[in-house]
Amino acid sequence: MSTVVEHVTCPFCGCLCDDLTVEAEGVEIRKVRLACSSGQGIFMDYDPRPRRPLVDGREVEWENAVAEAASILSAADSPLIYGLSSSASEAQRKAVALADRIGAVIDSTSSVCHGPTGLAMQAVGEPTCTLGEVRDRADLLVFWGCNPDASHLRHFPRFSLTAKGALTPNGRADRTVYVVDVRPTGSSKKADHFLQVDVGSDFEVLTTLRLLVKGKEPSVDTVGGVPVAQLKELVERMKSCRYGVAFMGMGLTMAPARQLNVAELFTLVAELNEFAKFSVLPMRGHGNVTGADQVLSWTTGYPFAVSFARGYPQFSPGEFSAVDMLARRAADAAVIIASDPGAHFPAAAAAHLERIPTIVLDHGPSVVASHARVVFPTAAYGVDAAGTAYRMDNVPIPLKRVISTGRLTDEEILDRIIEAVA
Amino acid sequence: MSERLTLITGRTRKQAVGMHKGKDSPEYREATALVEMNPEDMARLKIEDGGKALLRTAEGEVELTAHAGSLPAGLVFVPMGTLVNKLIGTETLGTGMPSFKGQTVDVAAVTEREDAS
Ligand code: SF4
Repeated sequence: MSTVVEHVTCPFCGCLCDDLTVEAEGVEIRKVRLACSSGQGIFMDYDPRPRRPLVDGREVEWENAVAEAASILSAADSPLIYGLSSSASEAQRKAVALADRIGAVIDSTSSVCHGPTGLAMQAVGEPTCTLGEVRDRADLLVFWGCNPDASHLRHFPRFSLTAKGALTPNGRADRTVYVVDVRPTGSSKKADHFLQVDVGSDFEVLTTLRLLVKGKEPSVDTVGGVPVAQLKELVERMKSCRYGVAFMGMGLTMAPARQLNVAELFTLVAELNEFAKFSVLPMRGHGNVTGADQVLSWTTGYPFAVSFARGYPQFSPGEFSAVDMLARRAADAAVIIASDPGAHFPAAAAAHLERIPTIVLDHGPSVVASHARVVFPTAAYGVDAAGTAYRMDNVPIPLKRVISTGRLTDEEILDRIIEAVA
Repeated sequence: MSERLTLITGRTRKQAVGMHKGKDSPEYREATALVEMNPEDMARLKIEDGGKALLRTAEGEVELTAHAGSLPAGLVFVPMGTLVNKLIGTETLGTGMPSFKGQTVDVAAVTEREDAS
């Protein structure tokens, strides 16, 4: 039977484009309209065949896999729950409940993407907005240390660079666009102005911008590889725009100074509001990594790197963040939900996941699943399961089920594990 | 001859597409087994466009296909993935975030390493 589902949300990246049309023949997805090349793969490469759970690589019954997972977690002194960002918020809540029940450390992929942004928000606040406001009003866009042209392919046409809105009817022609980065990128080629910063110099450049906003004169001609004259021009545009929005990415969070870079940008944006309306948004990567921060914040008070070992939530990035837990060999069991630290962590941290019993919930194969003790094959939210995800601007967007495979969701499996742990 | 350069990692369109095909797929392997370099750095190190470069840090080493790109001198870019993660240390400076961007790395042409051994 062929079906056509409209207004489908792509669950891949933080743009959560909710205008897709998906055509399927039974459980085979035949065609996806409007998704970018990154989003197409989520649907077109989806393997809908039924799969059974694995224990030590052998297929087992569900109750056996659940019992094995429960016995691993009941025996563990310091279990780690990690991932969450490609799951739905309904399941993220269950993951927190499991962490609470077993006294685990819980962390999301935020710690290796915008964790430092969370730290900056805690320190200086977050002058935020929605992407709808950007589309409708923004006439000055500054992309700092991010490359949506490679990472969020429909951000430009749907929300920012070329998007047409109420006060921006001519799209691109109504906006001035800056890209600030350490190297030219696909995004910088589409900008009006490109400021190339020396690696590790973002903080100095941001501080100089704050100085210039305050009307002070730096005593040098160049900062971090950028001529001060160009920074002055940017500041003039920032102060005189109708509505400016800065987008920031891992060029700031992964570089030296990490959260200090981000805090400096957020402070600059807050200070600019004396002159013009100005906001800043982190370019969140995974489809529901923003939801992971939201759910952890509502339930524990902290966005990532939370430990329940003492029976109440404690926050300590650098200690309870997953890379640190693994590198210190502080975790003695792990539950990995819809992510692949086996591929995305430094090799020495990933290697610890091969030493400890690991339980994986994922809809497809992954490096971490290939050596896990227990693997639960799940449905994929947005493909064969419905749920809720938070867009990068913290707007919750429903994910639809476009095919029915009968596979269990992360939420259902976590429920069974919670019930089974001692 | 090797030189100490600065490594940054990041997403590319091909890396994302390859990931959906599976991390054991040729698409993923091809998309993540490359290093983009400044052409003058490549000439000095005698690394040819499309040739092999050896990248080494205290964590490990990895051989990648070098491509001339529009990078500033001294900077090399490798798409995120299992290969480059062999080079990244686990120090997070109290944040949870390793140095995926900005770590120093020794870069050499691969032929030279074979000559030397
Ligand atoms: S931009 Fe992101 S959410 Fe939109 S279609 Fe592409 S991958 Fe999906």
